[in-house]
Amino acid sequence: MKTRIVGALALSTLVGLAACSGGGDSKGPAATKLTVFAASSLTPAFTELGHRYEQSHPGTIVSFNFLSSSDLAAQIEQGAPAAAFASADEDNMQRIEDAGLTDGAPQVFAHNELEILVPPGNPQHIETLADLADPSLVVSLCNSECPAGKYAAQALHKAGVTVKPDSEEIDVKSVSTRIETGEADAGIGYSSDVVAAGGKLAGVQIPQRDNVTATYPLAVLKDAPPAAAGFSRLVLSPAGQRVLERFGFLPK
Amino acid sequence: MTRARAAPTGRPITALVVLGAVAALFLALPLVGLLLEAPLSDLPRLLTSAPVTSAFELSLVASLSATALSLLLGLPLAWLLARTEFPGKALVRALTTLPLVLPPVVGGVALLLVLGRTGLVGHLLDSWFGITLFGTTPAVVIAETFVAMPFLVITVEGGLRSLDERYEEAAATLGAGRWMTLRRVTLPLIGPALAAGAVLAWARALGEFGATIAFAGNLPGVTQTIPLAVYIQLQTQVGGAIALSLVLVVVSLIVLIALRRRWWPAA
Repeated sequence: MKTRIVGALALSTLVGLAACSGGGDSKGPAATKLTVFAASSLTPAFTELGHRYEQSHPGTIVSFNFLSSSDLAAQIEQGAPAAAFASADEDNMQRIEDAGLTDGAPQVFAHNELEILVPPGNPQHIETLADLADPSLVVSLCNSECPAGKYAAQALHKAGVTVKPDSEEIDVKSVSTRIETGEADAGIGYSSDVVAAGGKLAGVQIPQRDNVTATYPLAVLKDAPPAAAGFSRLVLSPAGQRVLERFGFLPK
Repeated sequence: MTRARAAPTGRPITALVVLGAVAALFLALPLVGLLLEAPLSDLPRLLTSAPVTSAFELSLVASLSATALSLLLGLPLAWLLARTEFPGKALVRALTTLPLVLPPVVGGVALLLVLGRTGLVGHLLDSWFGITLFGTTPAVVIAETFVAMPFLVITVEGGLRSLDERYEEAAATLGAGRWMTLRRVTLPLIGPALAAGAVLAWARALGEFGATIAFAGNLPGVTQTIPLAVYIQLQTQVGGAIALSLVLVVVSLIVLIALRRRWWPAA
């Protein structure tokens, strides 16, 4: 009896798997699935743009993979099923272009500026990049592979400051998290991160001469469904730009 | 049922052979792939590059420290669980073995909430002693001990339970004190279980990823252990990730060989 139950379970699992792989065209109008790989700093803005796209295109489901652009580029190179890629820098987009994985030229859709991220009220009174060199501070930066880490290194270099971070995060979102959870006293992230944190973080401006402007290109990838180009148009449209601006990004 | 009993040996059931072969391929192929993809000519350079050697050193130090800490604290706990009765023992056993099945990253978050700078205990450490753990090697050791110690506790407790208590009673009858009995009779008798538990705990500590990155952060030379370095290198330098992975595969093989008699006594 027991073996029969086990057999039935195994069979139903196999049937279930087969049903899953059958795709969504079994009932009703075909649902289009659009998977966008986007830099982690884009999380709130693109989530909102995804909802808008879904609303104006019933039947399309937009899902995102938010990670550091270098992580995403590596995944796309390995054949991850992405329809579009939004990078926080041009290097990682170049990587994907060089690999021949883009469909058409990438388009810049936003910019972002660096800020020093601190807890609300700035308890350690951090005012400049030079203040981050204080070894008693716990400083969290992005690792040098991810764009925010690379930009931060450039800004620190311009300011002539050497900072020894206490942790190198895998993406810029994690820098915010370290400060929000109280583990780190300060970090370097984007202006958009301060907006995204909604009061759980404060930003300290970095003067223009030391600051680095991040450039965000977006590309539709090879073999993407038509919805990818549609989403790209939304991001570049005035409405899309307004959403990005609301989340702390600078226009294209 | 009766049919199965009628042919206990002989020709194996075809369906089982097919599914079993799929299982074997599924488990073995990724490792074969790792070996085939390994940049063999580049391996010496990759394995001696700075991020790799620092990750290697850190992993060795942290995992051995975690094993030592697991022995120091886990052995007494195993003894208490095996040899004494106290209220709430079942609960204590459940809670202390939970990290065995808990996703490690959840352990990391839990550690953060207790020992992190704003955590229950962590904020006292900070305000009383000025100790913050995040971004330090001791945090790595704590994270690794959290996930590794249950392996030692459960293995040693099993060893203690299967031990014939009459040896200890005989030692006591012959005038040995409790410490003497523990050191000269009990510990030598559970030696194999102790060794197996320590090796298992060490292997688990060496492979720890989730709790470490959540609780200790990621910094080359300080908190970036081999598994963290593998993940980071995968972003840009796949060769480095493969080289480091090979190191862990070799270590795992050695552990498996060392413990094979314990797991397959008849084979």
